[in-house]
Amino acid sequence: MSLMQIDFGSLRSSRIVGIDLGTTNSLVAWMDLTGPKVIPAQDGAPLVPSVVAYTREGEVLAGHTAVEKLVTEPDRTVYSVKRLMGRGLGDVGGELKLFPFKVVQGSESVLRLSLGDRTFTPPEISAFVLRQLKQNAEQALGERVERAVITVPAYFNDAQRQATKDAGRIAGLEVLRLVNEPTAAALAYGLDKRKEGIVAVYDLGGGTFDISILRLHQGIFEVLATNGDTHLGGDDIDRLLLEIALEDIASEWGPEQAASPVLASILRQAVIRAKETLSTAPAANIEVEFEGRSYRRQITRELFERLITPIVDRTLGPCRSCLHDAGLSVDQIDEVVLVGGSTRIPLVRQAVERLFRARPHTELNPEEVVALGAAVQAGILSGEVQDKLLLDVTPLSLGIETMGGLVTKLIHRNSTIPASATEVFTTAVDGQTNVLIHVLQGEREMVTDCRSLARFDLKGIQPQPAGMARIEVRFLIDANGILNVAARDIRTGKEQTIEVKPSYGLTDGEVEAMIRESIETAEEDFRERQVREARVEADAILAATEKARQHEAFGELSEEERHEVETAVNHLLLAYHSDDHLLIRAQIDHLNQATMKLAETMMNATVRQALKGTKI
Amino acid sequence: MAAEHLSRPNGEPGDGEDPRQCWQCGHPAQHSLFCKYCNSLQRPQVDYYAFLGIPRKLNLDLDALQRKFYELSRLLHPDRYTLKPVTERQFSLEATAILNDAYRVLRDPVARAEYVLRENNLEKPADGPNSVPPELLEEVFEMNMALEELRSGDASVRPQLEQTRQRFDGLRRELDSKLEALFRRYDVQPGKSALEDIRAVLVHRRYVQNLLSQVNKELAG
Repeated sequence: MSLMQIDFGSLRSSRIVGIDLGTTNSLVAWMDLTGPKVIPAQDGAPLVPSVVAYTREGEVLAGHTAVEKLVTEPDRTVYSVKRLMGRGLGDVGGELKLFPFKVVQGSESVLRLSLGDRTFTPPEISAFVLRQLKQNAEQALGERVERAVITVPAYFNDAQRQATKDAGRIAGLEVLRLVNEPTAAALAYGLDKRKEGIVAVYDLGGGTFDISILRLHQGIFEVLATNGDTHLGGDDIDRLLLEIALEDIASEWGPEQAASPVLASILRQAVIRAKETLSTAPAANIEVEFEGRSYRRQITRELFERLITPIVDRTLGPCRSCLHDAGLSVDQIDEVVLVGGSTRIPLVRQAVERLFRARPHTELNPEEVVALGAAVQAGILSGEVQDKLLLDVTPLSLGIETMGGLVTKLIHRNSTIPASATEVFTTAVDGQTNVLIHVLQGEREMVTDCRSLARFDLKGIQPQPAGMARIEVRFLIDANGILNVAARDIRTGKEQTIEVKPSYGLTDGEVEAMIRESIETAEEDFRERQVREARVEADAILAATEKARQHEAFGELSEEERHEVETAVNHLLLAYHSDDHLLIRAQIDHLNQATMKLAETMMNATVRQALKGTKI
Repeated sequence: MAAEHLSRPNGEPGDGEDPRQCWQCGHPAQHSLFCKYCNSLQRPQVDYYAFLGIPRKLNLDLDALQRKFYELSRLLHPDRYTLKPVTERQFSLEATAILNDAYRVLRDPVARAEYVLRENNLEKPADGPNSVPPELLEEVFEMNMALEELRSGDASVRPQLEQTRQRFDGLRRELDSKLEALFRRYDVQPGKSALEDIRAVLVHRRYVQNLLSQVNKELAG
C-alpha cells in the first residue's frame, strides 16, 4: 500500500513534455493553459537538428553545435540516425555507403556507430538529442523534466519502437507513451480545426513515410488504418541530387576529389538548400567551394520533379492500401492533412491532391504539428486534457512460426491497441522441458519474408509424455505498440519462465549499462563544468589582486600581510590546474581572506580621495 | 510444436486473489467493471457480450455497438490510468485489450458467429481447403483451368474469370443473407441445432471466400 502511494506521489511530481524525435530535426513541446506550445532552444530556434558529434577533443555535441561538425569532422558526426534505430547490420546494407561515419557490428543483434575511439548504438546517439531537448525544456520551464511522450513513425515495428523507448531511458526520461506521428498530428489538427469526420494524414518526413486514416467523433480520435514505409523521405531526395553532383565532380575534378567525405558533407548541405529553394522557385543552384575550386549546377523545377517522381509515387501504394484497409473510398475522406517537411514540395502536394481528389490542408506548420500533438497527448496522460482520447492501431501483423517455415497470424495489422491473443503450446517429444516460440512481424506467409521480432524460450516445463504439457502464452501489444508476453502452465496455474531473445535491439541489461554510463558521463560533464566555472572565478580574483598590488594601498600593508597575499596567490595558481574544483574554490576563499585588509585599505584610500575632492 | 486457440485467457484470477472481492477495498465485487464502494477498476471478465453489456444476440445494432465501444474506451483506456496505482494500470491494459478484441470480433458478422460457436463448444470452421461442395465441383474445376491458362500468359480467359468472380461474389452474398436469416432464427430460439446450421453455412462461405480471393489475386496480378 505504501509503495503504491509512493508510486502515486512520484508520478505527480513533474510535468510531462511531448517530443517529436525526427530524422532531421527534433522538437519539444508542452501544454500551457492556452494549448500546446513548442519550447524553443536558448538561441530561440524551435527546431533542434537531430545531429550528434563526438569531437576529437572527446566532447559530445548535439543539435546546432553538432551541425557545424558535419563539415569539419564528418566521420565523427552522425545525422539521420533514426533510419538505423532497431535495425541490424544485415538489413541496412546499401544505405551505409551513403553515411560518412562508420557502422560496425555490435552484438549480434545491434549495430554500432564507430566515431573516433568510441562506438555508440543508435539509441545512445538519439539519447544525446533527447538530452538536449530535455535541457531546453528544463531551462525554459525552470523545473526538472523527467517524463515524456515521444512520437514514432506509425509504421515503426516493435524493435524500432523499443529502441526509441531505450533512447528515452538512456537520456533520463521516463517514456510514458510512444505516439504515432500522424496520429499526434491529427490530435493537434483536430484540436484546432476539424472536430468531426474522416481525416487522412499524409506524413512525409526526412526519413519516413506514414499514411493514417482516422475517424474523429466527439473527442475520440480513432485510427481506422495505417500504412507506410520507414525508409522513404527527404533523405532519399537529397541522395538523388547528391549523386548527380558527385558524378559531375568526379568527371570534372577527378574521382579522388569526389571521394572526399568532407566534400560529400558540404555538398549534402548545398543540395538541401537547393531542394528547399525549389519548393518556391522555378530553379535553384547547387553551389560549393572546396579546396580552391568551385562547383555550380543549376537544377530546374522540371528536372527536379522528373528526378523525384519515383519517390513520390512510392507513397501512393501505401495510401491506396490504407484506404482499402479502412474500408473507405476516396470520396469518404473529408480532409487530408499534410505533415513533415517534405510535404512542402509542390509535386508532393499535387500527388496527394490527385489521389484524394481534395486540396490538402496546410494551415498548421508541418514541422511543428507532430510535437504539438505529442504535447496534447502528454496533457491527456496527466489528466489536464479530459475530453480527448486516441485509439491507435498496430501497423503490422504479429505471428508465430509454425511447421514448414510458415507464419500463423495472431494479431492482424490495423487492430486497435492494446490488442491481445492467446495460444496454447505443448511439447512434441517425451520429456521435453522447453518450447521455443519464434515471434514475427509482417504481412507475408513465409518466415523468411517477415521480420523476426524475438525468440521466446519457455523453460522449466515438467518432463511428461509428448503433447501432455499445456502452456498458455498471452501476446499483448500495449498502447505503445510494443509486444508483451506472459506464459502460464495451465495445469498448475503457475507463471512460466520465459527467456526473451530480441532479434534486433538491446537487452534490458545492455540498456541498464548505458543508463549507468550516461549518468556517469553526465556527472563527469557536471564536474568539468564546475572546474571551468571555478577557474573563471579564479581568473577574476587573480587579475584583481594583480591590479591591487600596483595600488599604493599595497605598500601600506605590513610585511606579514603582504607575504600572506603572495602565498595565497601562489597556492591558488598551484590549485588552478588541478581537476578539483573544491580545491580551487578553497584557495579562492583563502585569497579572499588574505586580501581583505588590502581591500579595506584601498576602499579607505578611495573614500579619502573622494572626500578630498568634495567641499563640505 | 502444436498451437491451438483458447477462449478464456484471463477469466481466472491470479494467485492469492479472491475474484469475489474488490482488490482495493475488499468489498464484494459483484462482477461489475468498477467496485461499487471505492470505484476502482476490477480485474476484467472476458465474455465479450457481458463485457460490452449488450444482449447475447447474433444480429447486432452496429451503431449502438460503436457507441458502447467509445463509451467504454473513455472509461478504460490506459491513457486514463497513467497516474493510478500499478494494479489499476495493469487492469486497464487488460480490460482495454479485451474491449478492443471484443469490438473487433463482434462488429464483424462472420467473426461474431465463429465466436458464439466457440463459446458453445462448437469447433470453428477449419481454415484450410476442405472438400469441394458438390454443386461447385464443375465450376471450381473450370476456374482452375482458366487460372492455369492465365498464368501461362493467355489473357483471353479474363472475361471468363471475370464472370466466375461475379458468380462467386453473388454466391457469397446469398450465403450472407442466409446467415442473417439463421442469426434471426437463433436470436428467437437459441440452441445447438441453429448453431449447427450456422456452422454449415460458415464452412461453405469460407470456401467461396477463398475461391474469390484466389480469383481476385490472379486478376489483379
